[in-house]
Amino acid sequence: MELTKEDVQKISELARIGVTDEDVVNYQKDLSAVLSYFEKLQEVNTEEIEGIGHITGMTNVYRADRAEEFDDEGKKIMHDNMPSSQDGYIKVKSVL
Amino acid sequence: MIKELHEKIVSGEMTSVQLTEKHLKVIEQKDPEIEAFLTIEAQKALKDAAAVDAKVKNGEEIDLLAGIPCALKDNICVKGGRTTAASRSLDNYVAPYDATVTKRVQGVDAIVLGKTNLDEFACGSSTENSAYQITKNPVDTDRVAGGSSGGSVASVASGEAVWALGTDTGGSIRQPSSFCGTVGLKPTYGRVSRYGVIAMGSSLDQVGPIATSAEDVAIVLSRIAGHDEHDATSAESSDKKYEEYLRGDIKGAKIGVPYDLLTEGIADDVKESFMASIEKYKELGATIEEISLPHAEYGLPVYYIIMPAELSSNLARIDSIRYGMRANDHEGRDGREANSVIEQYMDARQYGFGAEVKRRLMLGTYTLSAGYYDAYYKKAQKVRALIRRDFEGAYKKVDYIFTPTTAETAFKVGEKTDDPLTMYLSDIFTVTANLAGVPAISFPINEKEKGLPIGGQLMGKWFDEEGLLNAVHTFETV
Repeated sequence: MELTKEDVQKISELARIGVTDEDVVNYQKDLSAVLSYFEKLQEVNTEEIEGIGHITGMTNVYRADRAEEFDDEGKKIMHDNMPSSQDGYIKVKSVL
Repeated sequence: MIKELHEKIVSGEMTSVQLTEKHLKVIEQKDPEIEAFLTIEAQKALKDAAAVDAKVKNGEEIDLLAGIPCALKDNICVKGGRTTAASRSLDNYVAPYDATVTKRVQGVDAIVLGKTNLDEFACGSSTENSAYQITKNPVDTDRVAGGSSGGSVASVASGEAVWALGTDTGGSIRQPSSFCGTVGLKPTYGRVSRYGVIAMGSSLDQVGPIATSAEDVAIVLSRIAGHDEHDATSAESSDKKYEEYLRGDIKGAKIGVPYDLLTEGIADDVKESFMASIEKYKELGATIEEISLPHAEYGLPVYYIIMPAELSSNLARIDSIRYGMRANDHEGRDGREANSVIEQYMDARQYGFGAEVKRRLMLGTYTLSAGYYDAYYKKAQKVRALIRRDFEGAYKKVDYIFTPTTAETAFKVGEKTDDPLTMYLSDIFTVTANLAGVPAISFPINEKEKGLPIGGQLMGKWFDEEGLLNAVHTFETV
């Protein structure tokens, strides 16, 4: 499985990871090698096999749909963690 | 060791403050070379220790772990403390809440000395992917401690901490335990809450104890295990005191060995110790049976599809908006500001993540993308079902499955960093337990004086941690 430069560019956009030209070449090499390794799985017949998401087979775990208040100390830490803020709001670049 | 220390604290032979000071001293002496810790909380540890001493003085009953110094992997949140996951992207992140395991160990008055090094976001098998430092193997400091819980394991192996918590997604507790000569347990998936633990592969991750004996591991597990309403995947509580199941006798137990997996690629010294430990188990009264796990050979490719896919989904939250490093803080960015929110994401993740994390995020994003999901992720989930079926079949015949933990002893720092695939092979014996969700433990199987540590791995039936711990305890003590 050989990825093209365009493939790598597209993946980087989907993954929201900026890349340099050098990165693109490296990812092409590294990811292609790993993807080739995955081809081994084609040997396995998995027709009629149900895939596993959750390994111990739990289903339908319910909880009450209610907001939990953070304590003041936790709130203060969250505010302090904001990389950029104004009047207690998070500042971000324009979305549109 | 924990019981002896507990006796000393309770009898007044030693105070928790003295014990904590002693361990802080070991850290001061050894950690400049070992580099196990990312953050040391000496003041808080001493304050907590003094509180335990006050309880003892008042004649209050204290828990076995009370006053005993430990270390937590730095992907486990401790409220008010820096929690980095060894990533630049979280360099200045302070956890606003405690992980459930943190609450539980603090709830029994264990003394947290600090936070330990790991491969960034637990992505690696040597701690060489930490953004901060490479943890050295205390047995031979030219060698890696293993990973990703290398810091936690090295802190225990060097005597800096009495016990530690790590996380294990594909072997991250067991492989370093094997490399450094400690006992490390990955519990059954769901046995221990993942709440407040920075997620890697959510269908695989488990928190587990690392210590110098099965008994100490059992004592810690009893205190961290159990249902947590904050983790919907956590299993029902058993309220077991695992340390009470250590009978020191495994007569009649059936141990399966998948000999067909052990034919090639295993170093001679590992093979020799492994064969000798099979003999020892026979002498202890266990029967050894050959078993087959026909799909185990697909474990690595399945793991390296599922884990990066889940990682890419989990790390989408590291976007520099609510917390974390914005790229204009990064020196490589020359203070240039992003023009749009998308550019802000792209920059923050380009400069905030290291090479291996980005490689896995790219891989996971690709295998989950439209057109490829069926061929990779869905296929991997199906083969995972077949792997679980293999284990179900094996456990009809035997109680435990025994393999070496790793195919070789600790490698040298820098030896494998150039080739990601070779590094991935470090996990060949360990990933299947995570894929099948079964508990698995690594423990030393060679004599301490004889060179580098070698670990044996026992895997058990789902939720049979007590059986595993007894099997290792018996091996250690008889």
